Amino acid sequence: MTTSALSKIRIFFSLIVLILFTLLFVDFRHIIPEKYINIITCLQFIPSGIKFFSSVPSVFLGVVVILALTIISGRIYCSFLCPLGVLQDVFSRIGGKIKKRFRRFGFKNPRTVLRYSILSLTFIATLIFGIYFLTLLDPYSIFGRFATYFFKPLILFLNNFLAGIFGKRHIYTFVDTPITLFPAIAFAVPGAFLLLVGLLSLIRGRLYCNSVCPVGTFLGLVSKISLLRIKFDDAKCTRCGRCSLACKSSCIDFLNRDIDTSRCVTCFNCLKSCPDKAVSYGLVRIKKNDPEPVDNERRKVIAGSVLLLLGISGRIYGQKSAAPKPTKASTVKEDKKFPVCPPGSTGISNFTKKCIACSLCISECPNDVLIPSVKEYGLIGLMQPRLDYHKGFCAYECTRCLEICPTGALMPLMVDAKKLTQLGRAVFVKDNCIVKTEKTACGACSESCPTKAVHMVPYEGKLLIPETKDDICIGCGHCEYACPTTPYKAIYVNGNFDHKVAKKPENVKSDVKKPVEFPF
Amino acid sequence: MKRREFFKKSINAGLAAGAVFSISGYEKNWNMGESPTGYDLVAIMGGKVEAMFDLGIQEFGGMGTFVKKGQKVLVKPNIGWDRTPEYAATTNPFLVKRIIEHCFRAGAKEVYVFDHTLDNWVNCYKNSGIEKAAKDAGAKVVPANSESYYQEVSIKGGQVLKSAKVHHLILETDVFLNVPVLKDHSSTRMTCCLKNMMGSVWDRGFWHKNNLDQCIADYASFENKPVLNIVDCSNVMTKNGPQGVSKEDVVNMQSMILSSDWVAADAAAAKLLGRNPSDINYISLAQKMGLGNMNLETVNIKRIKM
Repeated sequence: MTTSALSKIRIFFSLIVLILFTLLFVDFRHIIPEKYINIITCLQFIPSGIKFFSSVPSVFLGVVVILALTIISGRIYCSFLCPLGVLQDVFSRIGGKIKKRFRRFGFKNPRTVLRYSILSLTFIATLIFGIYFLTLLDPYSIFGRFATYFFKPLILFLNNFLAGIFGKRHIYTFVDTPITLFPAIAFAVPGAFLLLVGLLSLIRGRLYCNSVCPVGTFLGLVSKISLLRIKFDDAKCTRCGRCSLACKSSCIDFLNRDIDTSRCVTCFNCLKSCPDKAVSYGLVRIKKNDPEPVDNERRKVIAGSVLLLLGISGRIYGQKSAAPKPTKASTVKEDKKFPVCPPGSTGISNFTKKCIACSLCISECPNDVLIPSVKEYGLIGLMQPRLDYHKGFCAYECTRCLEICPTGALMPLMVDAKKLTQLGRAVFVKDNCIVKTEKTACGACSESCPTKAVHMVPYEGKLLIPETKDDICIGCGHCEYACPTTPYKAIYVNGNFDHKVAKKPENVKSDVKKPVEFPF
Repeated sequence: MKRREFFKKSINAGLAAGAVFSISGYEKNWNMGESPTGYDLVAIMGGKVEAMFDLGIQEFGGMGTFVKKGQKVLVKPNIGWDRTPEYAATTNPFLVKRIIEHCFRAGAKEVYVFDHTLDNWVNCYKNSGIEKAAKDAGAKVVPANSESYYQEVSIKGGQVLKSAKVHHLILETDVFLNVPVLKDHSSTRMTCCLKNMMGSVWDRGFWHKNNLDQCIADYASFENKPVLNIVDCSNVMTKNGPQGVSKEDVVNMQSMILSSDWVAADAAAAKLLGRNPSDINYISLAQKMGLGNMNLETVNIKRIKM
């Protein structure tokens, strides 16, 4: 294959990946079918890894495919599949347009201490505290949060602007869609990362991937044994250094004709830059006379990493043994003991262990009920989604979030099973209720209830007042959403720490008869 | 031609009743509660929704009585819930389609359909079957999910509800046809014509907070009233309304009520549901405010059995 073709294929493929992932997260009309979403996300390293280690038997093989790809051909993942990586390439190109200097990279020494420290720290932290550190640093999740927190509102703003213009002419191609507001503090982490990743990539190419990103570092270690690599043809090379200048990873030491494979993201820019065709990509021959110096340190890191990786699976399973403490009751309004976590998660402890807060479900929720948590799951669960029934409710027939979750934190359920999944229970506060305080009819909660777990019973005079039935309540939150009282609702849903199975609502044939004559 | 077509259809169905009246009263300027043929309310029983509507509208002199050539028409069904038609939580899509067809035959320039849904609007529009039915008939199905589609109006006759944000099409169309479905309702015991208007305003929470029944009656005094209410009583949710839990809640009544007096229509609908109109608080309140006539003995009713 010609060298320029490789680079073109990479650019073409990665742009498609970037566009697909962006569409996924800004799909505010929720038109992408679930099965396509799963195909798009199945080759993301950390999500598929979590799915792999937490499913029995391990049928989700995305992570295995990526590892195999890395062993064969180096860090293909970083240049072809990682949306954050591709986004950085775009930033880097923009940087080059601003200042040429930003695109002239040249060889730099690896940030060995930094990158391996972060990698080890991530593993150790994951082992001890669970998934939370990984949540911060997983590149797919970082991209997902950028798209959900920043790109989607922008797109919606544009859409609503157009909807306004066309709506005046009674053309409804663009539908005005309200922008969901997240708690301001939830923007802190994605905001900081946007600054860090954005700036680094603007002026230093893939420095972030090779100094901070634990996935990059880990795949870098794996790629040290990769079969296909960038290599020099000593006979052709004139040591002009163009390849080194073009290398986003700053990993080509052209003077020694050496390439730091662990940092190479296989972008093929060096191939394109070489006027003498001295750089090529192919099977590497193992030189017997020049053995690589044994690096005990790194071996230890690799060995440790593998052990720790195996350890994760134990952690993920270990929900019975060591559940993290759920949130404190005192800080939550309306005396909610637990937050409500999405259906398909089986409960808070399982959910918070597997969710990497990529925010795909938040973006894709047709009812906008999912928002990033701040401290509801504990500070450590920052940005993991929860259901906020002041913003929306969980639609009775909807199973979108649990069908698209890339990590398996939410597992698919049949619609009928989902309709009986009790996420929480409605609590009625009579002293807040309009019917009692104002002595007028209301019943907004009961009319919204899909199972009639909230039903109306006689009160004073002709008035009716709500009453709840715990066993058929599924905690969908429509009652809480509909309740008009402020600031505190007269009916709210208390999350179940472990989701339960609700009873199917019973119903009897109506005793109203079909009229034979007009009753008037 | 149109009238003749109707005529033929009626004959074909073996139903001569009412056809005689279809010619008369065309030019008469209609008023609230008074049809050209002198009936305040037309009730039909025993047929398919399309046939019942065809017969009923003839009693008013055909759709041409209400819709003039080149006019923009708003058809406002109840699409409030994400339920399929057999639950009868939403207006019968065949009825909506038939009404739209009549509007176009009467020369309507454009017909719009919307509802401010309680469930996700995309799913409601789709699963109720109304979106497809309305589009098939040539109507524009319009979103109502965002506050930006609503405009503030003052309600002069309102006692509690002094102002409301109404969907801009309520203000921008020439003819307004209200097409509710009769249902049991947990808040107000019944939903029909007057209650259906909650789907044309933005801030329903205010109504619930500030004497719901009075707000419903207050809104009925707003000047942009429907010229005709067409009540779908083909399948009636008799309990667990307004969403229904299962099909056990639904009774097949094969009926329809048409009236320009929505208080009378609601009173008649209440009777169909087996309830006393005076027990439905907002009907009594609307009566007191002089917005219609709930005393069915004094209402001139045409009853048609098919």
